[in-house]
Amino acid sequence: MGVHAERFDATLADLDVPVTHTDPTGFNRTLETIARDPAIGTALPFESVSLPDWVDDEATPATLQSASTGITAASIGIADYGSVVLPATPSGAEQVSLFSDLHVAVVRADDIVPDMRTAIDRLGPRLRDGGSVIVATGPSATADMGALVRGAHGPRDVHVVVVETGDEADE
Amino acid sequence: MSSVDRAAKADRIRHLLETEGDAVEANTLGFNRGRYESVADLEDYETLKEEARTIKENAIERLPELVDELTATVEENGGSVYLADDAADANRYIRDVANEAEADRVVKSKSMTSEELEVNDALEREGVDVVETDLGEWVLQVADDAPSHIVAPAIHKSREEIARLFTDQFEPDVPLETAEELTMFARERLGDLIEGADIGMTGANFITADSGSIVLVTSEGNARKTAVVPDTHVAVAGIEKIVPSVEDLAPFVELIGRSGTGQDITSYVSLLTPPVESPVVDVEEPDVAFADRDDRRDFHLVLIDNGRTAMREDDQLRETLYCIRCSACANSCANFQSVGGHAFGGETYTGGIATGWEAGVHGTDSAADFNDLCTGCTRCVNACPVGIDIPWINTVVRDRLNREGDDGRFEFVYDELVPDEEPGGLDLQKRLFGNYGTLARVGSATAPVSNWLAGLAPVRALMERVVGIDERRELPTFQRETLREWYDARGPRIDTADADREVVLYPDTYTNYVDTDRGKAAVRVLETLGVRVRVPAVGESGRAPFSQGMVATANRQASRVYAALAEDVDAGRDVVVIEPSDLAMFRREYEKLLPERSFERLRDNSYDICEYVYGVLENGGDPGGLRTAGDGPGIAYHAHCQQRTLGLDRYTTAVLDYLGYDVVESDVECCGMAGSFGYKREYYELSTDVGDRLADQFAEPDARDRLVVASGTSCEEQLGDLLDRDAVHPIEVIDPRFRWPDP
Repeated sequence: MGVHAERFDATLADLDVPVTHTDPTGFNRTLETIARDPAIGTALPFESVSLPDWVDDEATPATLQSASTGITAASIGIADYGSVVLPATPSGAEQVSLFSDLHVAVVRADDIVPDMRTAIDRLGPRLRDGGSVIVATGPSATADMGALVRGAHGPRDVHVVVVETGDEADE
Repeated sequence: MSSVDRAAKADRIRHLLETEGDAVEANTLGFNRGRYESVADLEDYETLKEEARTIKENAIERLPELVDELTATVEENGGSVYLADDAADANRYIRDVANEAEADRVVKSKSMTSEELEVNDALEREGVDVVETDLGEWVLQVADDAPSHIVAPAIHKSREEIARLFTDQFEPDVPLETAEELTMFARERLGDLIEGADIGMTGANFITADSGSIVLVTSEGNARKTAVVPDTHVAVAGIEKIVPSVEDLAPFVELIGRSGTGQDITSYVSLLTPPVESPVVDVEEPDVAFADRDDRRDFHLVLIDNGRTAMREDDQLRETLYCIRCSACANSCANFQSVGGHAFGGETYTGGIATGWEAGVHGTDSAADFNDLCTGCTRCVNACPVGIDIPWINTVVRDRLNREGDDGRFEFVYDELVPDEEPGGLDLQKRLFGNYGTLARVGSATAPVSNWLAGLAPVRALMERVVGIDERRELPTFQRETLREWYDARGPRIDTADADREVVLYPDTYTNYVDTDRGKAAVRVLETLGVRVRVPAVGESGRAPFSQGMVATANRQASRVYAALAEDVDAGRDVVVIEPSDLAMFRREYEKLLPERSFERLRDNSYDICEYVYGVLENGGDPGGLRTAGDGPGIAYHAHCQQRTLGLDRYTTAVLDYLGYDVVESDVECCGMAGSFGYKREYYELSTDVGDRLADQFAEPDARDRLVVASGTSCEEQLGDLLDRDAVHPIEVIDPRFRWPDP
């Protein structure tokens, strides 16, 4: 387990966000237990794992509407905040992470950093290169209707899958 | 202000207290509590705040250069930048974009800057449908209402009201009741509207010049949808939102949610570098995979000046541009907690910093109506993540407003009584309170006649009508013998030869003329500790005129105080102050009124009375002669708001604790009396509403049988009025001669 993963797990627990640790061999089975049908996703930019066949990885506006689960990669996990950094991609990772009731974020244990500053320092070059990311912490929420409600415009539930792997960074 | 105007203002405030007060109070107190808890988790909170401020200072300093850099970056990325001089200019550009895109519908993510432009009206006049997608903002749009809070625009609306509103407007098939049902209804409806929209419009919390990224801090996800679903994105932002680099975002990301709603971080912090790579969600091509699309997104960044360049050049308003619109100043403001932004706000902006924004973008007059709601309590100062001296901005604007009105009608009556430096025509009420020191001197010299006169019903009616002193308030009773006279006649009880230390006890107006008891107690306590005391002739601190926005008068008084004390400071005598609002002048406000060196010398050598006692005890002083708790009741202690801002309340509790007292301390931001504020006819109801939060706390089972102790004179008066229990100053409690008041 990465050095910051324990803290990451604890903050996610505080946020009421379930987190599951797995390794490349157990990845597909782990996703199966978490995802609700139908599931859509965008290709994971990791060497060790990829989306299983039962996940539709060619999302369209129509499947975006009908999917219950959206699975996307997170490039960074931030231990202090329980945040995942979700890069936007031409294949629609931004939408896939936002429209479904359940968002499953897949992050590699090695990409978990201790704090916000480290994460932002990493994002500098990516953004200057034209990239866009969402720092997402827990589900979408609002208190505008008189009480805290999860799932305002985005997902009601978030599940973080941490992949334990010795992969080199390959995004 | 005429008595008719005062009555109208009082009515309006009372109406808001009744209709919106409860919802505003519950929400702002929740946010504020959340802030305390959330920042307590940050080890380096103060460092982060300083860092955030430094970044803003530098960014505003370099603003023209950053605008150029950002423009080049965005254009290189493939977007367009338009620098708009004012609202009309911005709206014209946005209308052109809408026309070009043949837009029927614009979906908007909440943006105060776009409220400033009133862009919805401008677009709707062109036949473009504009839909707010933030749920709170949408509720207001449906209700045809205005935001009452920078961050949570609809906090003044209760769930029940929203349910009624939706039922009336949309006649839903199933009745909507719970927050969950209301949210899901709104989500579905807005989801459809977003998908069919032609343009998405967002604001920006920050923009990075190096990458051209738009940072949006939200929890709902509507900003994300607004930015990436339609093929055209228009971002509207004031030029002050630019920071140099992505790395500069770090302290703000950690501070903004905590400062505003008390969340460690909001659900989403979007860092979008438009035109974003995300594909368009085109409902007309539902089965085309996103990956197969080749979208050319259109991005327009509309940077708004609208007075900001002038604010940058204005030495007093410049700090307003550091504001990150987090709402901490509103949530921590006792008056805002009671009435919300519909009273405490102008055309667009609400809360403490609203005065600066309104004066800057809409003109000084747009702050006139609500500027007096800032009582200068300073509780927002520590709450502000970029350390803006918000009360000072309010004072400056008040001063400017004072100088605008000039009808000079009563000048001839008043000139003898008001030895101030202000222009003729200044509001009589302000002039009276601003010259309270003179009034107290005359009142004391003519006591008891002055007290008798002031208690007569016809006199009180006249006072209410002419200067707006509310008849329901008990007026302070002037003492025939002042503290200084008492001390001159009595003389010091500690010989210079025996004295461990020598201090100057500052005879503030209230202690000298009204509450001489606490002054005498202070002298006795200090002498018991072996301190030789002097009570010299030093004039008013300037607090009274300062709080009325009479800066020139305050300035003159500050100079006189410094002149009178300089020799004592030179001789190594400490200046000990009983009244926290006067100490706060020496420690804080004099920075704006005195030369830097003078300010620093007085600041570094002046002490709160209990802070001083604490210091003597810490340095081995013998507490033997002081009054200890014995078998007396416990203490319900209310520290003064300005004292708490300076972090000095802990010395009082430490001293009381040391002497064996059981202390419960209040946790409200301010008692609501705030010097003259609570006496004013137009604010009486508000003042007591704020005070009730404190009174309620002291009526709780663990506090209701305790002795009420307060550090400030106005706090004592407010508590006395609301609780029907006399309040005393902490120095009186430990005075060897102190007797518990009759229960």
